[in-house]
Amino acid sequence: MIIKGRSIAKGTATGELIITDAPISFLSGVDPETGIVIEKGHPLEGISIAGKILAFPFGKGSTVGSYVIYSLKKNDCAPAAMINAEAEAIIAVGAIISRIPMIDQLEGGLSSLKSGMNVTVDGDRGELICKDWANS
Amino acid sequence: MELDRSDEEILSGEYGETRRVMLEILIALGKIYGAERLIPVSSVQVSGASYKTIGDAGLEWLEGLDARAVVPAFLNPIGMPREEWSEMGIDPAFAGKQEEILTAYKRLGIRLTCTCTPYYHQIVQYGDHLAWSESSAVAYANSVLGARTNREGGPSALASALIGKTPEYGLHIMKKRLPNVIVSLDDPAAAKEWGPAEYGALGYVAGKEVGNAVPFFRGLRPNRDRLKALGAAMAATGAVALFHVEDITPEARVPFFKQSFSVDEKEQIEIAVSDVNAVFSDIEVNAVAVGCPHLSEDELRTVADLLSGKKVTKPFFIFVSQEMINEHRDLVTIIDRSGAHVYADTCMVVSPATDKLGSVMTNSGKAFSYLPAMCGVVPRLGTIEDCVRVATE
Repeated sequence: MIIKGRSIAKGTATGELIITDAPISFLSGVDPETGIVIEKGHPLEGISIAGKILAFPFGKGSTVGSYVIYSLKKNDCAPAAMINAEAEAIIAVGAIISRIPMIDQLEGGLSSLKSGMNVTVDGDRGELICKDWANS
Repeated sequence: MELDRSDEEILSGEYGETRRVMLEILIALGKIYGAERLIPVSSVQVSGASYKTIGDAGLEWLEGLDARAVVPAFLNPIGMPREEWSEMGIDPAFAGKQEEILTAYKRLGIRLTCTCTPYYHQIVQYGDHLAWSESSAVAYANSVLGARTNREGGPSALASALIGKTPEYGLHIMKKRLPNVIVSLDDPAAAKEWGPAEYGALGYVAGKEVGNAVPFFRGLRPNRDRLKALGAAMAATGAVALFHVEDITPEARVPFFKQSFSVDEKEQIEIAVSDVNAVFSDIEVNAVAVGCPHLSEDELRTVADLLSGKKVTKPFFIFVSQEMINEHRDLVTIIDRSGAHVYADTCMVVSPATDKLGSVMTNSGKAFSYLPAMCGVVPRLGTIEDCVRVATE
């Protein structure tokens, strides 16, 4: 099944989906050395986003967050791709400078997505492909 | 979004990987904010220059880039004065990293002006499209000069420097520049006596009220230094990128502009003079700092006149651009004799030197807003006269 969205950053990546309904601040919210969410009280606190397809509503916090995403990529612990409900500048810029595929504005929003699904983000076409949709 | 042939060539990678990524940033932002096309900019001002704010992550990114600016592009203040960092108590490790950031920007063709007041040193004309990122400079360019810029982030401003364009949305579009909230004082007569510090206090209070709106002030007659203080503080406590003052700021004097909205139909906010006065306090402080944003020629002269013949009894930091120092050595000499010190390239907010001071008095509503969170400092707001009195008593 293919869900249409909008392309923000080019490239394609497949992996395990991890989703949260809380916005993410990469500066001080994610450890750039490990990719583990460290923001106190965040639903993903203690969980690694490294290599995952990370879906969250939008970015929050400092604009330095864009550079933190770049550090994560350099340290091999960035998300493989990102999905936002509504992209804003911090996350979009971070994704583009780090060559992380990114899409937003999925038809039906993020509510139909579940952590653990195996999905492909196509940042060129602005689409999300869920092969095991029926099983999830 | 509409792209021209040169954009397509850049996107295909013909002009290198850095330019390709930079254009992608501009296109993505255009998409996010609903721009239909890219427009040329006449100048760029790049924030994200202090090692204190961008850290190793930002430095690593900058060092990986390979392109040159195609329009005049200026750098925001850095974390230390380039010449006298050791005298300011800056750690050599920090200075080394800061030098690497400067080298990276220089290689990209960004002019190392290191000032938040680039408008004192270059001509910005009414109606110019810019891509500036330092929030107080954005407020000044839009409001006091009538130029047009959104509040850019560091990377998007750098992208505009290397591509020469910005997506056309927000404050580049005339109708988005019309006010949506009318602000007045409960006692307008009180403002007649106000200097820049009081206008900074007004901005500190008003920014929290208006958020990211475009306010239209009535009943005030501020000059440029007062407008600078007002805008800088509103950009710090709110996200104000443009404000108007009735009959004072350039757009507010244009007949077409006046006819484009009705004051009575907008949301009205009344600010109590007592709330503005309440921002001032008389707590004990360990140091005094002025020049946030960097001082104008008139402001530097005022400080020199007030300090002339006096001796400071506590550290007194004065922040200006290097160009202002070069043009006014006489004023700097007068200040030096008092024991106060004029620093170029940096400021009390982005330099780690401030972090050790504990409590600082300033005449800036913007610094008053940022010092607690960014420097762990207890701030006190006072007029420039009071700042000099406290520093010399």
